[in-house]
Amino acid sequence: MSTVEDREVGAQRPVPIAAPRYRAGTGRVPVALLVPALVGLAFLVLPLLGLIVRAPWSTLLQRLTEPGILTALRLTLETATLATVVSVALGVPLAWLLARVEFPGRRVVRALVTVPLVLPPVVGGVALLLVLGRKGLLGSWLDTTFGVTLPFTTTGVVLAEAFVAMPFLIIAVEGALRGADTRYEEAAATLGAGRWTTFRRVTIPLVAPGIAAGAVLCWARALGEFGATITFAGNFPGVTQTMPLAVYQTLEGGDLDGAIVLSLILLVVSVTILASLRDKWITSP
Amino acid sequence: MNDTLSGTGEALLDAHLVVERDRFRLDATLSIAPGEVVALLGPNGAGKTTALRALAGLLPLTAGHIRLGGEILDDPARRTWVPPERRHVGVVFQDYLLFPHLSALDNVAFGPRSYGMNRLESRQRAAAWLRRVGLSDKARAKPRHLSGGQAQRVALARALAVDPPLLLLDEPLAALDAGTRMDTRAELHRHLGEHPGATLLVTHDPLDALVLADRLVVIENGQIVQEGDAATVTAQPRTDYVARLVGLNLYRGLAHDRTVRIGPDFSLSVAEAAEGDVFVAFPPTAVALHAREPEGSPRNVWPATIDTIQRHGDNLRVQISGPVTAAADITPAAASQLRLASGQQVWAAVKAVETRIYPAASRRSMPTPPPDATPAPSSGGTNRPTLAARQAREPWQP
Repeated sequence: MSTVEDREVGAQRPVPIAAPRYRAGTGRVPVALLVPALVGLAFLVLPLLGLIVRAPWSTLLQRLTEPGILTALRLTLETATLATVVSVALGVPLAWLLARVEFPGRRVVRALVTVPLVLPPVVGGVALLLVLGRKGLLGSWLDTTFGVTLPFTTTGVVLAEAFVAMPFLIIAVEGALRGADTRYEEAAATLGAGRWTTFRRVTIPLVAPGIAAGAVLCWARALGEFGATITFAGNFPGVTQTMPLAVYQTLEGGDLDGAIVLSLILLVVSVTILASLRDKWITSP
Repeated sequence: MNDTLSGTGEALLDAHLVVERDRFRLDATLSIAPGEVVALLGPNGAGKTTALRALAGLLPLTAGHIRLGGEILDDPARRTWVPPERRHVGVVFQDYLLFPHLSALDNVAFGPRSYGMNRLESRQRAAAWLRRVGLSDKARAKPRHLSGGQAQRVALARALAVDPPLLLLDEPLAALDAGTRMDTRAELHRHLGEHPGATLLVTHDPLDALVLADRLVVIENGQIVQEGDAATVTAQPRTDYVARLVGLNLYRGLAHDRTVRIGPDFSLSVAEAAEGDVFVAFPPTAVALHAREPEGSPRNVWPATIDTIQRHGDNLRVQISGPVTAAADITPAAASQLRLASGQQVWAAVKAVETRIYPAASRRSMPTPPPDATPAPSSGGTNRPTLAARQAREPWQP
């Protein structure tokens, strides 16, 4: 969840005009702000340090080569990426609709979109099961008509992750669209571009940084998804067991060291990928 | 567009713009002939931009109509409305709005591409337009690497690249600094002279209007308060605002060092040295009138005859003729002291430091003839693009 802050704080970003750095008078930071700030920092960082300190470094290499770990890791990355692709494909147009088209009930739709944000993921999983489950409203029809079963499959994992993560993307992209200068779109219209051409050739490039930020946020959320996944897709190694689920199961099985190793891997992989993406995207606005 | 070629002299744009919003009502009738440049002048909030947006299709009319070359673009009574992307109306926006993610070339190619040209053709066309505005070497540059003047020229090329029968310019020079402005204005003047369609220039700068336009239309509070050619509007301002707005004496002449020859036997001394074809401008407040020939300081002094005296604000505007016609603003006290009356002989004086000078670099003469004296566009001959050039620009026209 620290991804967006990371992006914004990216002060190394090349700025065309060197902005003067304002020095707050040294030693003038009020204690009432400084103390809670430092406590907050410690609260966020210490657990991660604990993970590193307690890691079974001596047996780490041996544990890393255990076959289950790689499978779970690959599954996690694949499903999170697919969930992000689904979210971008559906979420960007939805964000555009919310930001650019006036229609009755727009406020209601916007509120509905954000519901999965506040909904406990487990509840989301139950809801998905009720609609897309084998006996669900849509699920039974899918099952009898196409023979497609979604729950307890890898596709189910992707759906559960997209359900939970897509609102993050929609909110980020809608914000970017609202912040973008709509006069560029008017200029495109006077040059003969219809709404679709304008969207494709002007709007998308203009809000690309917003979409990238939203996608990263969405991907990070999908990577750590647990509640909806385990409810809707279950916890089958190799099929639906993603890293968070594996961590949980290992911990439940009493293997603390194993859980730590899995957690470390998840931590390292996600931080590395986010950091490299950040460098790539921030350079060209 | 055929009107442009046949040059019937009829209005290419015929519009009655009525837009009602909140407490504002725009009600203005505009008609522009092919090849004609009309300046829409007015203070902030007068409705200039509203008029421009209505013409571009970015704002629907409440009533009235817009007809361009016989096609109805907007007519609420007939429930007709053509969206902006099908109007073929070129717009140069105030801060240009060049797409920041596209190169100068791709910005200019955007219009042709949208109107159905393929990638190669549209790029060739864009390259030709960049060459015309003298920016071939900047084709690959992103807008943020262009100077203000260059961005303005790219914006102009982008708007003209779709061969719009109607070109709209929204304060095209407002974003430029004074130095760039002068050159860009002269350049813009040349391109507008070559544009065969109708041109509407929205501005609050009288100098831009006087230099660039054939005819001025002044609006205040959504209403047209005056229209006519520069000379008429300057000579007979109908409202205070107009008087202040177009309060400029403007001449064209041949400069050498600090002297500009304006007529066969009339020259003005100016503050800045220049060479060649230039405009000289000074405000009516800079003109002093004397009963006898004044002596002393290096001034421009000439004998003149008073034509008309009109009240404007706290001052009087005196129209004088002689080797050149000019407007002078003087206080009522000075007027009574001089016992000014029509037909009276006076001496007019202008300090060199009160003059402004800038290159003309164009064929158009100032002040411009009244609109009914404007030659039909096809007879404009050399001013117009050649037929070959026009045909090359034709292919995707409807």
